[in-house]
Amino acid sequence: MDNVLNQIGIENYIFLSVILFCIGVFGVLYRRNAIIVFMSIEIMLNAVNLLFVAFSTYHQDAQGQVFVFFSMAVAAAEVAVGLAILVSIFRNLGSIDIDNLKKLKG
Amino acid sequence: MSLTLILFCILAAVAVGSAFMTIFSKNPIHSAIYLVICFFSIAGHYLLMNAQFLALVHVIVYSGAIMILFLFTVMLMNLNKEDEVHKPRITRWAAVIFFVLMCIVLIAIFIQSKPIVGPYDLTGEDYQSIKVLGKVLLNEYMVPFEFASVLLLVAMIGAVLLSKKEEKS
Repeated sequence: MDNVLNQIGIENYIFLSVILFCIGVFGVLYRRNAIIVFMSIEIMLNAVNLLFVAFSTYHQDAQGQVFVFFSMAVAAAEVAVGLAILVSIFRNLGSIDIDNLKKLKG
Repeated sequence: MSLTLILFCILAAVAVGSAFMTIFSKNPIHSAIYLVICFFSIAGHYLLMNAQFLALVHVIVYSGAIMILFLFTVMLMNLNKEDEVHKPRITRWAAVIFFVLMCIVLIAIFIQSKPIVGPYDLTGEDYQSIKVLGKVLLNEYMVPFEFASVLLLVAMIGAVLLSKKEEKS
């Protein structure tokens, strides 16, 4: 089987990952809804995972893919804890607007 | 243009477009659905690179577990309405400008750095089947693998503790 990167090129994957990562950063800055902010963080994590897999294919090495497993496990844990925190914030404040979370501001 | 390149372009366009729609759609449920589309197209990229096991795990973990969590939270908080107040206009413009600048700078960096792109040799050895991945995972990465289980356990206990209602004393 031909290597798929022969036809696509690793640069295209780098550009795609960069754009996805920037979209994630943009979402964090643009929205006030904390759930959308979480989704943007997921997009950023996925952009990095995609680049890991692309370079794993480039170097013909399994270790990049193993690293993606670990980052998926961490992402799952992060989402579970983060959403639990959001639920308890919603119970206490009645909204999850991140601009209302200013209690720590001096 | 080869078929693979066309497939890559379609998948990339779907991924970027649905990621944008995730951010721009007003209803959080729609955002979650666009995010599912984005994750599926990324799984398509994994399949394109012949990382089958990773594509399956990605679909199960992200499109399955994480998305269900998001949807349940949105429904639990009854956020299924479009009354979100926007950030001030200047903040939003700053976000757009930051996005454009960051894209330009990062892409310029990767173009300017002129990565040495080899001819993509094919060694012919199997490196991404489930068999090989399992061997690597359980030989070289045994300790991190066990720690990942501890991490998941701690996250589970933490999530239960955080979302439990406090008893009024």
